[in-house]
Amino acid sequence: MRPTTEAELAQTIAAAQGPLRIRGGGTRDVGRPVAGDILETGGLSGITLYEPGALTMVAQAGTPLAEIKAALDAENQRLAFEPGDWRGLLGTDGRPTIGGVIAANVSGPRRIQVGAARDFMLGVRFVDGAGNIIKNGGRVMKNVTGYDLVKLLCGSWGTLGVLTEVSFKVLPNSGATGVLLCEGLGDADAVRALSKALGSPYEVTGAAHLQKGMDGAPVTMIRLEGSEASVAYRTDALRTLLADIGDFTIETEPEHTAAGWRYIRDVEPFHDRDGDVWRVSVKPGDAPGVVAQVKGAEAVYDWGGGLIWMLVPERQKAETIRSAVEGVGGHATLFRASEETRKSVPVFQPQPAALARIESDLRAKFDPRSILNAGLMG
Amino acid sequence: MEMPAPRPERLAKKETLITRLREVLPEDAVIHHEAELRAYECDALSAYRCPPMAAVLPSSTQEVSHILRICHDLGIPVVPRGAGTSLAGGALPTADSVILGVARMNAVLDTDYDNRVIRVQSGRTNLSVTGAVEEDGFFYAPDPSSQLACAISGNIAMNSGGAHCLKYGVTTNNLLGVTMVEMDGTVVEIGGAHLDAAGYDLLGLICGSEGQLGVVTEATLRILPKPEGARPVLMAFDSNEVAGACVSDIIKAGVLPVAIEFMDRPCIRACEDFAKAGYPDCEALLIVEVEGSEAEIDEQLGLIKQIARNHDPLELREAKDADEAGRIWLGRKSAFGAMGQINDYMCLDGTIPVSSLPHVLKRISEMSKDYGLGVANVFHAGDGNMHPLILYNANTPGDLEKCEAFGADILKLCVEVGGCLTGEHGVGIEKRDLMWHQYEAADMEAQMAVKDVFDPAWLLNPAKVFPLDASETRRATAVAAE
Repeated sequence: MRPTTEAELAQTIAAAQGPLRIRGGGTRDVGRPVAGDILETGGLSGITLYEPGALTMVAQAGTPLAEIKAALDAENQRLAFEPGDWRGLLGTDGRPTIGGVIAANVSGPRRIQVGAARDFMLGVRFVDGAGNIIKNGGRVMKNVTGYDLVKLLCGSWGTLGVLTEVSFKVLPNSGATGVLLCEGLGDADAVRALSKALGSPYEVTGAAHLQKGMDGAPVTMIRLEGSEASVAYRTDALRTLLADIGDFTIETEPEHTAAGWRYIRDVEPFHDRDGDVWRVSVKPGDAPGVVAQVKGAEAVYDWGGGLIWMLVPERQKAETIRSAVEGVGGHATLFRASEETRKSVPVFQPQPAALARIESDLRAKFDPRSILNAGLMG
Repeated sequence: MEMPAPRPERLAKKETLITRLREVLPEDAVIHHEAELRAYECDALSAYRCPPMAAVLPSSTQEVSHILRICHDLGIPVVPRGAGTSLAGGALPTADSVILGVARMNAVLDTDYDNRVIRVQSGRTNLSVTGAVEEDGFFYAPDPSSQLACAISGNIAMNSGGAHCLKYGVTTNNLLGVTMVEMDGTVVEIGGAHLDAAGYDLLGLICGSEGQLGVVTEATLRILPKPEGARPVLMAFDSNEVAGACVSDIIKAGVLPVAIEFMDRPCIRACEDFAKAGYPDCEALLIVEVEGSEAEIDEQLGLIKQIARNHDPLELREAKDADEAGRIWLGRKSAFGAMGQINDYMCLDGTIPVSSLPHVLKRISEMSKDYGLGVANVFHAGDGNMHPLILYNANTPGDLEKCEAFGADILKLCVEVGGCLTGEHGVGIEKRDLMWHQYEAADMEAQMAVKDVFDPAWLLNPAKVFPLDASETRRATAVAAE
């Protein structure tokens, strides 16, 4: 099923006799395996409105991300939340869509400074599980008119409604990039360096640590963006500030810096490697301790340590990881694993009873027949 | 503006209610004498007043839970209140409701600079959150004009913004976790010190829900390192259109100031008379502020001034020191006070696409002539959040009604050009009846279905946000269930 208008999409859902699998570009195969007929959103495509002077774009949900990036490039603007491309990590192909980015709240390294995809969302139109067309928010920067269903839909993985149109804020490109690099730091020192950098006034837009960098040694990376003069000033200042933790070098070659952050953003270290991948969210200071509790794990720390991508031997017990996370507060998602494993283990972190009740009641309101990506977030 | 009539069966339960509340609260936390209840009859939208049946001032999450459980069992509506600074009537009670004020819960529970978060009780004032961390070089970013008085609980309820949200975002972008009590007394923890909460974005849903989904008692907030420095530049133009075009060009050029504030002639004049800030005599003023080191500020302001010069400004004034910076901000910051001195006024809060600024300002000035009421504009131009102040005389019969009609027309205009009714103040009762202009029945139904999940009996702040005709069935069913 591949409707080409919102009305047609609404009719399709209203007339559906059984469960549906919602699919944008089909590149983000995460969650419990879902049964049902495939409902594609790719037929709803195209940028509806783009006002560079107002930093706003409105696009149909099935619009390829590449088309959006091209339009933004032409005006020297960007999706500042830096959504990752997960094809390499998940072994999928297809073309990522903006609707998929929003449904999964995909946010890259710059999230630490500018916010996640959800923070850039201004409005949505969607079809709920009964076939009703619903809009929320709009296309202006500040809007508190009624409840914020925009955020509720963002990151709900198609389980509450099928997005048909999204409007979001964009930002200007930032000119120059400078990256501070340090090899050989242990996890705890690295996170300490990242915290110190993020607690400085120098506006860090990326803070990551790889246990194994491109050449196998641990590498810690800190990114600064802005005008050339400003980046030069701040990288210097930060280098001095961090001298007691490690000797940082400075990289400003655009191709190298872009490749380095793409490496983090798309979790390239775990491409084409055996093992399950977990995505863990904790407060940065707790991250090294959590990783240390998981035997055989290799970690990529992003967001100053607040986001851990963890490669573990296949079928590493989910309880080990979840209990380590629960001990400090946070959550863990089994991001990449065989279908078999994803059927046998809760993929998303099980919620405490009171929150589980709220979530299941919300699902019952928005999708009373339980036909939209049913069970995906289980 | 109407509120639902108090229900006799609720009023009849007053004695039982007070008795039960006193069983779980200290004596001074239960207020029920008529004279004392006057303090809770209104918020900053003081045109509407009604004392509640009782007011309670809990000191802990546990006490909040007891209170809500009791009110839930008795079928008594609860109106949560932070500091009572809402301009939208968010904390206006009805005669058959209980005001639950969180003002006594104002402690800092934990400060964590390594992870850049602070945990506070929700009654703490906005400015005192920054106050708790500024000596160590940090601040809490959302800065509503009422920040000296307003509480974090109210900021969360209304998703408050401020002058600097162009760069730092509003409350929802700076909130990481809450402890919240549901209407039936259940205590839930959502999110925490980590950046993304698990599951659905319930934090995003709660932030801005105007106290209708639960009572937030504690919050984990993101704190940020203070910038090295900040400096404003003031620009004067001879028309609103040109000033509007300048705003758009600054944004397009890729410099992202922390604030772009706009004032029109009536506002400039009033501020000048009041604060003597030394503003030039002109049609429109912009105050643009950037942050960074001295050299970075010079560089950014250089670019911004270059853009401004393309629009033939009457004056460009850059602050040379802190004193001059203070004077540039002085008039803007005293704008509401200045207007209040010369007139009664109503402050609106619609948001429009920045590109519609000149058109909307022109229409407002035309409408001002039609209604025979003055209007002054002062607002956050960078994000299109307008604050037209409509001037009226409360002692002239019919003036308030005329003012409200004028205000409604301005907000409808905001929606017409692709904007919304409220950018940061909230719907409350003030914009409640205009919601039909923004949303269709299905849109409204989806939002009300969310309230059904959190508060099936519709007891939490029930007469707000949704037009009374839209919520009538739900509120009536709640009574039948008692």
